[in-house]
Amino acid sequence: MSKRPYVTIDGNEAAAYIAHKVNEVIAIYPITPSSPMGEWADQWTAEDKTNIWGTVPLVVEMQSEGGAAGAVHGALQTGSLTTTFTASQGLLLMVPNMFKIAGELTPTVFHVAARSVAAQALSIFGDHSDVMATRQTGWGMLCSNSVQEVMDFALIAQAATLKARVPFIHFFDGFRTSHEVAKIEQLTDDDIRAMIDDDLVIAHRARGLSPDTPFIRGTAQNPDVFFQARETVNIFYQKTPAIVQEAMDTFAGLTGRHYHLFDYVGAPDADRVIVMMGSGAETAHQTVEHLVEQGEKVGLVKVRLYRPFDAEAFLASLPATTTKVAVLDRTKEPGGSGEPLYLDCITAMVEGERSGLKIVGGRYGLSSKEFTPGMVKGIFDELAKPQPKNHFTVGINDDVTFTSIDYDPGFSIESPKVVRALFYGLGADGTVGANKNSIKIIGEDTPNYAQGHFVYDSKKSGATTVSHLRFGPTEIRQPYLITSANFIAVHQTIFLERYDVLAQAAPGSVFLLNTYVNKDEVWDSLPRVYQEHLIRKNMKFYVIDAYDVADKTNMGGRINTIMQTCFFAISGVLPEDEAIAAIKQAIKKTYGKRGEKVIQQNYEAVDQTLAHLFRVPVPADVSSTVELPSMVPAQAPDFVQKVTAEIMAGRGDDLPVSLLPIDGTYPSATTQWEKRNIALEIPIWDPDVCIQCGKCALVCPHATIRIKAYPEEELAGAPESFRSMPYKGKEYPGWMYTIQVAAEDCTGCGACVHVCPAKNKREPRFKAINMEPQPPIRDRERENYDFFLSIPEIDRRNVNTRQVKTNQLLQPLFEYSGACAGCGETPYIKLITQLFGDRTIVANATGCSSIYGGNLPTTPYAVNSDGRGPAWSNSLFEDNAEFGLGMRLTLDKRLEYAIELLKQNAELIGLELVDGLLTADQSDETGIYDQRQRVAALKQRLASLNGAAGLKQLASLADILVKKTVWIFGGDGWAYDIGYGGLDHVLASGRNINVLVMDTEVYSNTGGQMSKATPRAAVAKFAAAGKPLPKKDLAMIAMSYGNIYVARIAMGASDAQTVRAILDAESYDGPSLILAYSHCIAHGINMTTANDQQKKAVDSGHWPLLRYDPRLVANGKNPLQLDSRAPKMPLRDYVYNETRYTMLTKTKPQHAAELLTLAQEDVTSRWHLYEQMATLDYSDES
Amino acid sequence: MDLTTTYMGLSLKNPIVPSASPLSYKLDNIRRMEDAGAAAITMYSLFEEQLDFEAASLTHFLDYGTESFAEALSYFPEPYEFNLGPDEYLEHIRKAKAAVDVPVIASLNGISDGGWIDYATRIEEAGADGLEINLYFIPTQLTLTSSEVEHVYLDVLNNVKAHVNIPVAMKLSPFFSAMPRMAAMLDDAGADALVLFNRFYQPDMNIEELTVGPRLVLSNSDEMRLPLRWIAILYGKIRSSMALTTGIHTSEDVIKAMMAGADIANVCSVLLQNGVGHVSTLLTGVTRWMEEHEYESIDEMKGSLSQRSVPEPAAFERANYMKTLQSYSGLN
Repeated sequence: MSKRPYVTIDGNEAAAYIAHKVNEVIAIYPITPSSPMGEWADQWTAEDKTNIWGTVPLVVEMQSEGGAAGAVHGALQTGSLTTTFTASQGLLLMVPNMFKIAGELTPTVFHVAARSVAAQALSIFGDHSDVMATRQTGWGMLCSNSVQEVMDFALIAQAATLKARVPFIHFFDGFRTSHEVAKIEQLTDDDIRAMIDDDLVIAHRARGLSPDTPFIRGTAQNPDVFFQARETVNIFYQKTPAIVQEAMDTFAGLTGRHYHLFDYVGAPDADRVIVMMGSGAETAHQTVEHLVEQGEKVGLVKVRLYRPFDAEAFLASLPATTTKVAVLDRTKEPGGSGEPLYLDCITAMVEGERSGLKIVGGRYGLSSKEFTPGMVKGIFDELAKPQPKNHFTVGINDDVTFTSIDYDPGFSIESPKVVRALFYGLGADGTVGANKNSIKIIGEDTPNYAQGHFVYDSKKSGATTVSHLRFGPTEIRQPYLITSANFIAVHQTIFLERYDVLAQAAPGSVFLLNTYVNKDEVWDSLPRVYQEHLIRKNMKFYVIDAYDVADKTNMGGRINTIMQTCFFAISGVLPEDEAIAAIKQAIKKTYGKRGEKVIQQNYEAVDQTLAHLFRVPVPADVSSTVELPSMVPAQAPDFVQKVTAEIMAGRGDDLPVSLLPIDGTYPSATTQWEKRNIALEIPIWDPDVCIQCGKCALVCPHATIRIKAYPEEELAGAPESFRSMPYKGKEYPGWMYTIQVAAEDCTGCGACVHVCPAKNKREPRFKAINMEPQPPIRDRERENYDFFLSIPEIDRRNVNTRQVKTNQLLQPLFEYSGACAGCGETPYIKLITQLFGDRTIVANATGCSSIYGGNLPTTPYAVNSDGRGPAWSNSLFEDNAEFGLGMRLTLDKRLEYAIELLKQNAELIGLELVDGLLTADQSDETGIYDQRQRVAALKQRLASLNGAAGLKQLASLADILVKKTVWIFGGDGWAYDIGYGGLDHVLASGRNINVLVMDTEVYSNTGGQMSKATPRAAVAKFAAAGKPLPKKDLAMIAMSYGNIYVARIAMGASDAQTVRAILDAESYDGPSLILAYSHCIAHGINMTTANDQQKKAVDSGHWPLLRYDPRLVANGKNPLQLDSRAPKMPLRDYVYNETRYTMLTKTKPQHAAELLTLAQEDVTSRWHLYEQMATLDYSDES
Repeated sequence: MDLTTTYMGLSLKNPIVPSASPLSYKLDNIRRMEDAGAAAITMYSLFEEQLDFEAASLTHFLDYGTESFAEALSYFPEPYEFNLGPDEYLEHIRKAKAAVDVPVIASLNGISDGGWIDYATRIEEAGADGLEINLYFIPTQLTLTSSEVEHVYLDVLNNVKAHVNIPVAMKLSPFFSAMPRMAAMLDDAGADALVLFNRFYQPDMNIEELTVGPRLVLSNSDEMRLPLRWIAILYGKIRSSMALTTGIHTSEDVIKAMMAGADIANVCSVLLQNGVGHVSTLLTGVTRWMEEHEYESIDEMKGSLSQRSVPEPAAFERANYMKTLQSYSGLN
């Protein structure tokens, strides 16, 4: 038996490692937090890594989890060892197949990173609501509590399923376990072979469908036999627990780690016992051990095998002395008599005639809510009461139905031998990557055990990361965040004005700050609360100007290795020279593939660091008068003050139930209150150069470049630095014009500056808008922006919406989103809200646009001064077209009913008013304005007719008489893959809906997996060797219906065509589909200049601009109009500006060349086809 | 007729050598140049800066946006192997060596001491018969002295010579204050050849867009007179071989280069214009001219119109300039 190595990996990698070793076919689909399992499997297959039988598993990406389950089912039925990985809604999409797979007694293991199922809101974080929703499918369910257990149970499950013929879900907590990096013992191929019986594998294969030994499976059965047939499997379920235990016993013989169906920890004579499963059981385990040492008679039963539930084994695991049991569920079953595990335990006790036990159920940890030793102790304390609360919650303050129990948040059982370190970084500075390396160094180069857990931001730009690292001489069972740290590093000074991070500092701990401020002046620059912590807690204070070191060593903004070196130097976990050698080794491992120069730069940064690291003496007295600013201004609404601001401050955990909306309904327009100040530089307008084209505002992804035209008198009271110039153009004679930046909301992407066509004639490096450092002008520009906002918005009736110059004067109703800096999607959304936002309902597919559109704490859809704005909702990933259609159906039906009521009550209401309402022309803003006036008059009239029959109904429907527009937003993963069937159906419905597909040509939100929109030759996850097949032509498919308005647009190539297409689509009384080229960081491009890439995409023929307007046929015109010219540059001149293409030239140059040739042929032949279609004669069709 | 010549210690069958350019990107082109009669092949340049840029750019974009957002901790698959170093170039040299019998001269443009040495060593290991140092260097800093500029060249040469055994040629800028002194110093430092001159592409201006950018203009025969003059002046005064590059378009241009004292004539623009097969046209022309003028060997004409051999050596100095001006006056 070969020696087992220790590896430092996360739970996903641990599961994928076993899955790849014991399967032949793997069908996958990305969903957080399970996506990395599929990515690992795909990567290992790409690297020709074999399973234990010496063959490389086949990995295939499907169009949805439903598709993956279908493919798995088919592969299983033909005898392959097959698996998949999923979570949350993805698992639920597999349920129908899971019933089939179990009904057919098919061995397989699905590995699930358990995640919340969306209810009042989506959540990507961990709980058991997904796996619990599948417990009726007939699958075995085995739960891992830690990264080591993930690897162990993945194998035990595989061994058991082959013997039992019962399929298994092997699950573990999303993020807490799936993403926790820990030092574990890796199982070897010999271990795996020892666990897997080849005869069972062959038996499984023999049961597969084959024309050589034909049979049928999957018949339709009737009332006469279905029931009996369903009962045939009972024997298999009866045997399964023993088979699992047998596998656990065999495993123990190999590794020494002996698991049981139910593992008991604690006092042998415990009177109070907690029953639970998942990572929280690790916390409970450690807490129980601590409490037992204190003399308490408490215990814990860890449920390993949840299905089939072996009641006998469960009861046997409870000490005979037990009098009270708390069963904890990490899920909620509203309206049920209890949560699932609790009910199972109750049933076991009743059936096992274990009387005299008091058993209560409780909920904890939903959506990765922290579960701490204090909470465990709180539960035991509750159990100690004569009448412990049943159906309790722990970890929240339920001040409405009073389910929550008390606990001491300060209760800690952290071992003094364990070092606890916190690192506050920005996503862009590489902090997390460096900490992952540090964990590996500590885990693999020292005898220490190590744990790393990483907390990410809800925003995609300027994202804060917090790394929680623990290491120490014994195994670390602490799956909860650090609240008392020995070491706190702040990698960006901006955090000092956002958070009181030293509140988490332990006495005598270290504070390391990266700052531009000189070491001799830094003390005085600290906020008062920081000085207080440093003094009161007797802390050691270190500073480094890591940006200076990074600059000197050509590291750009990457300060990761510099700060990592400081950590090792200060912490002393390794002797300095050994630490530096280990860091360099990690650098070589991380960057080795990327060239010697990159390695040397990092080495240089490491070598330069220590000379720039200084310890700052901590004075005895506080000198600072700098206070932490409040999260939101005083004028923010009450809800924002009480709820939103608390979430922003990192105190969302403390919000009581009573303050949260009951049904997931939140106020619009809250991003305006979150001033993130993340831009180092912001654009400043130069009126002397400006030509007033409006392009800067159009391309701004965050609506932080605003334009207004206004009468000169509005300038009264303007701040001295407020800029303005006369409006150029005949639309608004005598008016003034201003372009103003929202300084504190801008992300500093620079897209506005790049697209500005006007140059300063004296110094062409300057344009009409130029980047300047933000901090020195923050206050000035804040005042300017406040004044700008106070200028009245332009009357929409007076705006030519077809011109960018004028439509950019319209108020955007989508602002300051959390999208990436330079995002290519958001400018389209923003434009739509400018054009129709005050009468738009949005159905948004899950993905980037639902995250930057709806992720708390603040959301970007805004309202105008009349209180109108986009109404927005997200249903799921796969159903968005149908969701939007449902909205349309409501509007259509409501309008129909309103018209009926108007007609029925015409004389009562007034014939003239009714006639006006019914015959209104709402094709432009004037028509819409006039209709709004009529509706207001109608409401007044209805109010005056109080009590008349049917009029109350009409009053509630009146607003529908103003034209409403339904927009269905989503990305290519939705439109081309998972939602395609629904999209097709909705487009074919003939209903007046508008679909905007923001096509990034890859699954952006889950990290760059291939979709059917991915072009040939582009590299993506699941297409590491370049996508071998061409992109699906969704426009062509839609055009084939003949009655769908179709447009392909790219704002960076033609803003005029973009505007035209969006207006045309909205005006078309039928289904419209707009495919919008959306550059993305997943393309590996400079986001500042990305609009140039849009132009190249068009000029090369990759993205031909077109509009297909069915209305033209009636006039004898060809409905297809090509809005771009024949390709005028080779495809290579477009694609080889993007890393997604160039990286293949660095990995497989020959293959890249071949794919490029084919991709060029794709472009050429498609253009020829379009040309022919666009020149067809329709003159006889009118 | 003997067309052979010796350049940087390499015996060549004739003096026509394609210079470093995209002409050598494809193996097929290299074969065709040999077939057309090229005496050696100078490979396109390996640019250390470009390799560094590619690696840095790849690293930047692979890392950009990673580890920031919980759902997307990365955006690209991490391949287990990147071909980012000079491997592709070295492999190309190996293939070129296997494909042709004529000498293959590599061309290197480094930016760091380590890069020059590392890449030069690996180029030698790949089998190159010689190495041309392509030091494309425009000194723009006000504080940089002419002496410092000279030492940039000398330091690179010394570094490379200390680490490789194949002959090394220095491709020079025409902008030295004291060209003969510079040539002598390089000669003393062991340069096996001097290549005169690097033809720096001059940027152009777009007055509509208010931008400055590169614009490729191919050379013409008139441009060869600058290197022609300096080769004629240096001939016989230094030990190093000399290559004349820039402006050789005709057989007569090749003859002139030889008569000035060059050991080879580098050709590029003329091949870009007429195809690589044009080498044979040039060679045929040289042979015919030599036959018509009864020259038996290249060696016979080499340096025959150099400064030391012509009856009026001052023609290569200021007097030449005065005479040119006077010739314009005469026209008026």
